[in-house]
Formats: sequence, structure tokens, C-alpha cells
Amino acid sequence: MGILDSKTPSGPLAEKWTKHKNEIDLVNPANKRNIDVIVVGTGLAGGSAAASLAELGYNVKTFCYQDSPRRAHSIAAQGGINASKNYQGDGDSDYRLFYDTVKGGDYRSREANVYRLAEVSGNIIDQCVSQGVPFARDYGGQLDNRSFGGVLVSRTFYAKGQTGQQLLLGAYAAMNRQIHRGKIKSYTRHEMLDLVLVDGKARGIIARNLITGEIERHSAHAVVIASGGYGNLFFLSTYCMGANVMAAWRTHRRGAFFANPCFTQIHPTCIPVSGEHQSKLTLMSESLRNDGRIWVPKKLEDAQAIREGKLKPTQLKEEDRDYYLERRYPAFGNLVPRDVASRAAKERCDAGYGVNKTGEAVYLDFDAAIMRYGSEKALTSGLTNADDAQVRKLGEAVVEAKYGNLFQMYEKIVDENPYKTPMMIYPAVHYTMGGLWVDYNLQTTIPGCYAAGEANFSDHGANRLGASALMQGLADGYFVLPYTIGDFLADDIRTGPIPTDSEEFNKAEKDVMDKINRLMSANGTNSVDYYHKKLGKIMWDKCGMSRNAEGLKEAINEISALRKDFWENVKVPGNANDKNQELEKAGRVADFLEIGELFAMDALERNESCGGHFREEYQTPEGEALRDDKNFKFVSAWEYKGEPKDAKLHKEELVYENIELKTRSYK
Amino acid sequence: MKIYLKIWRQKDASSKGKIVDYTMNGVEGDMSFLEMLDILNEDLISKGEVPIEFDHDCREGICGTCSLQINGRPHGPDRLITACQLHMRSFKDGDTIVIEPFRAKAFPVIKDLIVDRNAFERIQQAGGFISVNTSGNTVDANNIPIRKENADKAFNAAACIGCGACVAACKNASAMLFTSAKVSQFALLPQGRVEATERVQNMVRQMDLEGFGNCTNTGACEIECPKGISLENIARMNREYLSASIKG
Amino acid sequence: MSSLIKSSIARKMVMALSGLFLVLFLALHVTINLTSVISPDTFNQWSHFMGYNGLVQYIMQPLLIIGVIVHFVMGIVLEYQNTQARTIKYTKFKGAANASWVSRNMIITGLVVLAFLGLHFYDFWIHEMTYKYIQVNPEDPTRYYAETVEKFAPMWRTVLYVVSFGLLSLHLWHGFASSFQSMGLNNKYTPSIKSFTKIYAVVIPLVFVFIAIYHHLNPITH
Repeated sequence: MGILDSKTPSGPLAEKWTKHKNEIDLVNPANKRNIDVIVVGTGLAGGSAAASLAELGYNVKTFCYQDSPRRAHSIAAQGGINASKNYQGDGDSDYRLFYDTVKGGDYRSREANVYRLAEVSGNIIDQCVSQGVPFARDYGGQLDNRSFGGVLVSRTFYAKGQTGQQLLLGAYAAMNRQIHRGKIKSYTRHEMLDLVLVDGKARGIIARNLITGEIERHSAHAVVIASGGYGNLFFLSTYCMGANVMAAWRTHRRGAFFANPCFTQIHPTCIPVSGEHQSKLTLMSESLRNDGRIWVPKKLEDAQAIREGKLKPTQLKEEDRDYYLERRYPAFGNLVPRDVASRAAKERCDAGYGVNKTGEAVYLDFDAAIMRYGSEKALTSGLTNADDAQVRKLGEAVVEAKYGNLFQMYEKIVDENPYKTPMMIYPAVHYTMGGLWVDYNLQTTIPGCYAAGEANFSDHGANRLGASALMQGLADGYFVLPYTIGDFLADDIRTGPIPTDSEEFNKAEKDVMDKINRLMSANGTNSVDYYHKKLGKIMWDKCGMSRNAEGLKEAINEISALRKDFWENVKVPGNANDKNQELEKAGRVADFLEIGELFAMDALERNESCGGHFREEYQTPEGEALRDDKNFKFVSAWEYKGEPKDAKLHKEELVYENIELKTRSYK
Repeated sequence: MKIYLKIWRQKDASSKGKIVDYTMNGVEGDMSFLEMLDILNEDLISKGEVPIEFDHDCREGICGTCSLQINGRPHGPDRLITACQLHMRSFKDGDTIVIEPFRAKAFPVIKDLIVDRNAFERIQQAGGFISVNTSGNTVDANNIPIRKENADKAFNAAACIGCGACVAACKNASAMLFTSAKVSQFALLPQGRVEATERVQNMVRQMDLEGFGNCTNTGACEIECPKGISLENIARMNREYLSASIKG
Repeated sequence: MSSLIKSSIARKMVMALSGLFLVLFLALHVTINLTSVISPDTFNQWSHFMGYNGLVQYIMQPLLIIGVIVHFVMGIVLEYQNTQARTIKYTKFKGAANASWVSRNMIITGLVVLAFLGLHFYDFWIHEMTYKYIQVNPEDPTRYYAETVEKFAPMWRTVLYVVSFGLLSLHLWHGFASSFQSMGLNNKYTPSIKSFTKIYAVVIPLVFVFIAIYHHLNPITH
């Protein structure tokens, strides 16, 4: 089996998880009281894991850099959460959800993990409803569903445009219940700076109290990393400002392999960049693609005139518009998966059809939907000869009821009324499918160190389908980790508390202190953001929606040089023993400057196009991604060896026994 | 645009703070308010000064982290948005903008514009949950139908992002809107009714312990709430509290 | 039950209930007063009844006094707690942007009304007590009208009454509807309650003002 043992149970796909649960070791309730678990990150995965572990009886400590666990960025997920409930009776099943997810991920995920995810997806909905999550309901009082990109059934549960917040508040409430019982100790405004290994096992962390600057030691019998993704290395992304890779990266540096770092999701419907000052990008829910039609002008001169402000999009006749998704992918149309939609937008803009000042935007038009809903509404309201204006008014009301909050958000940011003029959108970095390599138990290559949610690499392959991130986070936290962690902890019932005064903790703390001192004493001239923006530009230009070998090689060199410059010339004002946001940022950017290089190396290594990873050298004549299953049907897992360039690649071959590998087609 | 800023600076919780004046040139309408502060901070760093600390994270109005009192109003002059969604086009050339932290005894300042909102955490911990195990072995989600009207009302209450603008806006620094939103969400759902009596009593007790002021129904919280949480929730909590007190 | 006494919500309910009780009393008071303009005899009869009926004297009157005391003591306690909830004040606070002046300044309108009550008690209640229980004068069912009209002879007193009723109006404007919210009533009737409050808050004080001015302008000529 070699170094990468996925520990996938044997047996038929649909029985693997049940069989595994029956066979793994358990810890009896009395012994759980003597076992401590640290959970880093309190989003959907971390929050739900912490609550569930505490409920089982373990002593849990949670860490988050925010001032409350409720503020983790899972909160920003808008659209929904998938589950194979088949409430709509449209033929959904665990298998179909499994199939869609593997296919959507372009056949780069582990079958057994994905099937388990589909299997527990229904439980998530049951669980959330019993916790008081207010999902949308129909007039019969039953749960409502909507459809999302890349699938042919309606399986997405939602709570208006803030499903993420409602699910997170559910997990947060479950945490609060355990905090109240004293089973969880919640450390807010704390950042994990290092993982501590004792005898090769993860036994604690070094954390910084962000208010006092104090460096703290925390020990436990196991550590769960649920710190989210690393998309912020692009500087501009839909991530929150504080999202970072520190916990995962420091874990990687301590021996956990990092898998598929180049698999990044670029979300097609974000508000375009408006200027130099931009600090972050805002996502418009994918659900908008249910009703919005995406287009650019057919003629280059029209695009030019629009960019110069001489022509308005509404003046363009139907035949002068290119609904390029509907043209290229008639079967799925505007609801193709995210990677496909993003690339298609970039292709049009690169060809000169972009519609905003910078030429990096396409239209998302609701006019057809407004008129369609309007005439429907007119009919049902008995208005047989309503004129266009009336129909439009009725239609706008329907659209407002569906997407009002998103339209309002758009208007606030762009200062244009999307009911009257089409929205402008452009792809932006949104999610990272890559992450810490984990086995079927969600354990990293460090014994006792687990990774959950976006922080691990497991379920989405090379591209994640909409409304699947919430599903995976909660599946990992509520239903997988609480079982599988017992298998490891069963050996620790006699270990007793882990002391924090050991040599290992001393060393880890010293490493952390040295790093902070180096940052504080660099005393250069450039701010942290200066480096972050430079890194972001390299990443976006050379490791973004499409990549090529030459650009990637340049990126590797440029990032390496930028990192060197950073350590010599960065300026971090203030003190280390104080609240210091610049120091916080500096530590995070230092890690981005390392993972960025590994990212480019991984992308260079993968000589194929699959999912979010598009290599220009590997495409069909029509410009579609060209996968190479013969040579690249593996998970790349990188082992830390000092500098990023020295990282060692390990491969986990992916085995497909239940699904036939096909060229992904949405035509 | 040229903008004059008066910003509260305070070294740490125990220091005394004061308003410091700054002038910003070249502010554009398309900048968000926080991006304007980013630029000011870049400027301060280049001059070797300590930048202004302020809480922010998602910058899309949902995490509830940002907590600025802008020209005397939480989250600034526009309605139904957080400070991070405020854009500089809401101001004009030559304007003076006063920026302070949210003020309440229960929200002590940590540094500059950052406040400690752990009081909210403790209110939630006192009862803001439904005691159900996360085993997944609960009843099927569709087994208990919920009237759409109640489901929608519960959602509207649950839309609270816990930013604290209600407290900041209230002349009494009362946390009734925040507390009542959580109480209401659960009171409106059949799953939450089981513990409704204990929940409202425990959460109100904790709210009082934290040192928030009393509600005098001025309605400022509702106006300033970025998520438009309704005063109806406060009435509902009063009602729940009354019936809980009578019951036990 | 004990939680009902100690909590902030309970204190608000006490405020609301005592306030509503006083609102009701105002309606009774204004009705009796109005008879002084219409028919001095009726006014005398009703006043005499109120002054000598056992139920009114020994049950209603103490209840009213308790109501007033509870309302203002609780009001001051709440105000004190509220100022304590924000120890460091804002440099700039735009209260007018999100709440009416009246709702934010109940303590001011309330204290003015309280001060007025002092004068009012001195004018009428102390007088009555002295007349009945200290000087032990015999019952005289015809004296009330003249005594009342006489009180409004001086300009200063009439002006003070008018100003106080103005502030009472403001106090009612927020307080009446607000008490329903405090007691947990906020539903489809709320808009009607709010409209009724506005009418009530204007009409009742206006009638009082009218009576005061009427008597000031129409002194009894001997």
C-alpha cells in the first residue's frame, strides 16, 4: 500500500460506510471524559465536529481567529445545501448525488468518500431541521428545493440567500449548548501558529492570543484542522479578509501531506473588480443562473462601444447578443458547472467581448425571466390583456421575491439597478478543492491529526458543484469525524493528560517566537499588503483560470523571489505583545508565499486539464478541457521537505469501480 | 474627494482613548468605506505610524464582524447594510466623518475601533439552542410540517448577524433586539417550543447580568439593524417571558 | 414568579401597566373636568361624589397615588440603569436619525409632568385634605366649581398648566402605544393602537388645556 494508504474499507460501495462504522474501535463513555480534542476553526466543519465530539463526551477546545465562532466564513455561503432526499420525486438518490459529484469533480475524487457524503446528506437536513434551522418551505409546510449548476434534479435546500449563515448558526447553537455544559472551551480571537507532535502523534498546538499577543500552549490527544481553504493567496477572492492557510500549512510543515494544491474553484458569478483599491470580491449566488441568461455582444465593435459608454446593453438587439453558454452547451445552458462557466466567460473576455471598463465582465440578464414570470403572473391574476409595462412590473415583483436581497446587494456595490440593466459579472476565486491529504477516516498523514471541511482535499475532486461545500463540511463534522476519530483515540484511554512543558512544546514555541521576531525585526519599507497584492497578481495571471507550463515556471521563480524579498523588506509596525492586525496578516502572507509556490508546482506537474485546473496545452479543438486518465488519475500529495521547491510528490492512484470514467460533457 | 476623518484611537482596553484627526485625499465613490480605511492604514504604515485597528472580515455584510459607529450611527448613514457594504459615494467632497467604536458598558473597547462582544456569546450560550443530539437519528425533516408563515418569520428573526448595531444605536444600549431575535426564531418553530420556557428565562437573565440597558421602545434598533430585524420580536419575547414567568 | 420582579422585562411591564392605569385615569379626570365647562352643578355633584365616596377615597385614591409613585420611581430607576449601560458616551450620536425625540426623552417629559403633579397636588389635593381632615370642615357639595375656577384666575398658573399638558401630550404620544409593545402586544392591531395613541395623546391634553383657558377667561363675577 505504500505511504499513502487511503484505508478505504472493502466491500460494495453502498455498504462500505456502515461496515466501517461497525468495525472501527470505539471509546467507552467513561473514558471519553479523559480525552481532550482540539478543533481549529469553527465553521461548518469545525463547529459541527466540536459540538458532536463534546456531545459524545470528549473534552473539546475550539480555536478561531474571529471574535465569535459564528463569524467563520461558512456564513457567507448563499445558495444552498445538497441532499439526496428526493422530496421532489424527480428521481434523485444517493447514487445520483454521488455520481453527479464525482462527475462534477472531473473524476479526481475518491469514490468511497463521495458515496459516504451522499449517504449522510439526508441526515444533515434532518439534523439541521431538528436544530431549528429555518429552511425555506412551501405553503404545505414542507421543505422547498431549488436546482443548482451541473445537475439535472432539484436537490438543493436553502434559506433565502443565506443558507450558510443559517447552517452555521445551527452548528454554533449546538456548540453553545456544549459550551454551556462546560464540554467545549471556546478560544476566540486565537490563531493556531503551530502543531505540536509528541512521539510522532499530533498532541497539541501553539496559539497566539490575538488580543494580548501571548503565545499559548494547548495540549490534546488529537487535533482537528478545520480552518478552511487557502483561496486568499490570490489576494482578491470571495473569501473573508482573514481566511488563511496558516493552520493547514503549519500542519503540512510538520509532516501532513498537502493534496492537489492547484485545484481551485473560480466562481463564475461575482461582481467584477472596480478599481485599484479593491480589497475583496463579492459573490452573487449561483442560484441566479437559474433565471439569468449570460451573454456578451456578438460584434466586437458593439463590445467596444459598450466599454466606452457609448452604447447601453439594453439597446442591443436580440440577434446582436451572444448567449455563449446556451450556444456552446445546449443541454445545460446557463447551468453548466462552475469551472465550465468561468472559463467560457474568460474566453469571451480574452477575445475582446468584455463589457466593463476593464473588459473583464459579461452580462447576466434577467429581462427574459422578468417577462416570463410576468406573463405567468398576469395569467394567474386574470389579467388577460396586460401590456408590456404591466407584465414587466409583475415579473419584477416575482424576481424580487426570489432574489431581492442579491439584487439589492448588487445595486449597493455597483450603483446600477439590475432590474433595469443587466448585471455585470466576472469569475473570482471562491473555493479550494485541494487541502490536507486525508484518508477515509479524515486523518492526515500525521497520526492523531485530522482535517475536515474545505481544509481537506477529499470529496470534490478537481471541481466542486454548487451547494456541496456546506454538505461536505457538515457531513465531516457531524457524521464522519465523531466516529472515525474514536478509532485513533481508543489507544489513548490510559494516556492521561498531555503535559505542555515537554521538550516538544518548548521547541515548537521557540520556532513560533523566532518567526514572530523575524517578522517584527525585518524593519523594511513595504507593507504586508504590498506583498499580498503582488502574490495575488502572479497567481491570477499565471495560476488562474487557465495555466501553461511557461507561465507556471515563471510563477514559481517569481513567488520564490517575492518570498525572499518579503522576509527582508516587510514592515510590520506596532508590537508583538499587543493586538496587532499587521502582524496577524504578515504571518498569514508568509504562508501564502510558500503555498503559492507549491500550487504552481502542482499545476505544472499535472499535464492535463481537469475541473478547475485548465492547462492551455491540453484542450480539445473546441477549447474544452482534455483530461488524461491514463497518466493523471491520481491525487497528488506533497510532502514538506524544507523549501517549497524541495517538496516531494506522492501519488494516490484513484480507483473507479462503480462509475465509468467519461469525458465530462454538458453539451 | 477630500474627506476629513475623526477617528477614535485607544491603545488597549485599559488606556484612555481620544479622537484623532486624519485627512484623506483622492477618495473615490466606488471605494467601500473599509477600503478607504485600508488606504489610510497603508499611508500610516508608510509613515511609520501604527495603523488603525478595526474589526472586519467577510466584507459582504453577513459575518457581523464590522462594528463602526459612523457619524453617530452604527454602520453609517445608509439603511439595511453593514459598514463593510457602505460605499464612499454616500459622502461628498469635504465631508467630515466621525468614526467611533460601538459603545456600551457590555462592549468594552479592546483597541481603537475594536470592541469585545463576548456578552452576546454568553447570552447565546445561556439558551440559544435546541437540545438535540447531533446523531443524525432524528425524525425525517419533513415529518413535522411548519406553516410557511411561521417558517418565514423564524427565518427573518434568524437573519440576525450578531453585529451589535442594535445595542450601539439604542440610547440605553439595550440588547433586546438581539436576544429577542434568537428567542423568536426558536419560539416560532415546533422543535424550539419544547424548551421555550427555560430558554427565554435563561437568555433574559444573562442579558440583564451583562449590563445592557432596558428597552424603552424607541425603535432605533430596528431602523439601524442591517438585517431589518423587526420590533415584533421584542414584543414576542416580552410575551414569551410573561407566560414563562407565570408558568414557572 | 420571582423572575418577573427582578428582570428588565418585568420592570418594563410594571412601567407599562402603571402607565396604562394612569392613562385610564386621565380619561376619567378629563370627563369630570369637562362638566365644569358644561354644567357647574353636575361638576359639583361629581366632585362631591369623588371626594366623599368611600370606595373612591380609600381604595381608588391610594391606588392612584401608588400608581403614580410606582410609575415615576420605576421610570427613574430605569433611566439610571440606562445611563449606566453606556459609561463612555459617543462623541457624535445621531439619535434623531433612528428614533423620535419624544421616545428618546421620556424622562424629560416625565419629569416635567411630575413637577406639574407637585403643583397640582398642592393646588387641589393638599387643599382637599386640609379642608376635610385637618380643618374638619363640614361637607359642602357646592364649593367645587368656584374653587376650581378661582384657581385659574392667575395667568402664571394657567400658562404652567398649558405647558405641562403640552409635555403630557408628548409623554403620551410615545408612552401609550409603547406600553402595549412592552406587554408583548405587537400584531395586526398595532397600527390601530398607534393611531389611537396619537389621537388620545392630542385630544386629552387639549381638552385639559381648553378647560384651563376657559376658566381663566371666564372668571366668576361676584
